[in-house]
Amino acid sequence: MAHFTFKTPLTEADVRQLQLGDSVTLDGIVFGVRDANLIRVFDQGVPPPVNWQGAALLHTAPNVRKTGPGKYEPLSVGTTTSMRMDRFTEGLLKDYGVKAILGKGGLSAHSAELMQKYGACYLSVTGGAAAMETLQIEEIEKVYWEDLMPECIWQFRFKGLGPLTVGIDANGGNLQLDVQTQAQKKAAEILQKMGIA
Amino acid sequence: MEVQDSFYTLVENVCRELYIRSLKEIPPDIVEAIKRAAARETKEVAKRIFSHYLQSIELGQTKDMIVCQDTGIPIYWVGIGGKLRLDGARLTQAITRGTERATKEHPLRSSIVSPLKRENRQTSTGEGIPVIHYNFVPESDQLDILFMPKGSGSENMSSLKMLIPADGVNGIKKFVLEQVVGAGAKPCPPTIVGIGIGGSSDLCMALAKKATARPLGTQNADPQMAALEQELFDAINQTGIGPQGLGGNTTALAVHIESAWTHITCNPVAVNMQCWRAERRRAKMSPAGNVEYGF
Repeated sequence: MAHFTFKTPLTEADVRQLQLGDSVTLDGIVFGVRDANLIRVFDQGVPPPVNWQGAALLHTAPNVRKTGPGKYEPLSVGTTTSMRMDRFTEGLLKDYGVKAILGKGGLSAHSAELMQKYGACYLSVTGGAAAMETLQIEEIEKVYWEDLMPECIWQFRFKGLGPLTVGIDANGGNLQLDVQTQAQKKAAEILQKMGIA
Repeated sequence: MEVQDSFYTLVENVCRELYIRSLKEIPPDIVEAIKRAAARETKEVAKRIFSHYLQSIELGQTKDMIVCQDTGIPIYWVGIGGKLRLDGARLTQAITRGTERATKEHPLRSSIVSPLKRENRQTSTGEGIPVIHYNFVPESDQLDILFMPKGSGSENMSSLKMLIPADGVNGIKKFVLEQVVGAGAKPCPPTIVGIGIGGSSDLCMALAKKATARPLGTQNADPQMAALEQELFDAINQTGIGPQGLGGNTTALAVHIESAWTHITCNPVAVNMQCWRAERRRAKMSPAGNVEYGF
């Protein structure tokens, strides 16, 4: 397994090198998104106020302290379960040119197909380990849609975000889904041994 | 013994403390279990994930940081000593105010919204929230408050099945295993798998939640239930889901069952999982206002 360090925005060439299980460290801008702001973009048709070409999007809603108008200091910035945002993958990749989605728990087989098609990846953040990730933030540069607090669009500048684990690569691989599929087979065997059909 | 007015202010302060401390200090039984699980892993990815867990636990302890961003749904189990005389309505108000003050004063992310409009009061409270379960403890003059900030990654994996008597205990085993495997990476494994067996549908789910708050190393007092806990624990840890569902040797830190009697036609089972941090804090208060914090 290899390790990669990238500066955002990402290129398709960056992403195409990655294999499942590789580790990645990111420097630069990463945007925080999740349920409420993506529902606004895709279901209510409000275009995002930022350019997501080559962007890395992190599924998050942080703990912050307000220090001034539109200015926030990070207290605990981690990640959330990505599968809730699964149906937005196509729009993010196709319409907005996003190259990496960061979150926990993985995305569906369909999202993996889309990532292969558009040359994007899913980078698994260690869920619940927000304290570590928070120290990797240099600054919360901007916050958009503060009316959705805490589900705003957050513009973070990271130094050394990671190591992240490649969960979905641009070759159609999907690590979390593979593990789960194996677990389902194993569970069927266990039940059979217990005498339960 | 009738408590004084100042007791309610103290409850408010204690609940504020419980919320903040629970997010920063992972219970010692959990920390030990995570360390043991980390030592059992051989694969690079699983080792990497456990090292992140341990780093974050340490940052909570040494740098006063909130370990996970999810401030959860605030849930309290309140044991009221039978010898304690207090105003239950004021007690509820004090618990709610403590929750709100923790959120405003620290500050914490308010994770609570109205269900349809999705309005957030930025207080971590709302209609029906915090969730407060009261029970009464004979012969005690203490107020015992156990707090859990329940994260949504694991909470969204909750499930209930109204099995029938003919499904038997095998039906229970099958359901639990399917739910844990079906949840996969989403509840932030390794989890504490809480199982409710029996009761009405609502009680069954509450039992499953309560089971997740039991300290590690405890068993159900009924030997048959304890054996079922062990059997399911072994089965779940053979599935290979591992930390963050990226593959590994530990998928559950424990399986805990809580049970109640049920209707002759019913055989309900509920599953409620708690993520790897399994945050919980406890405070025991005497009527004179002495507070003892624990887990």
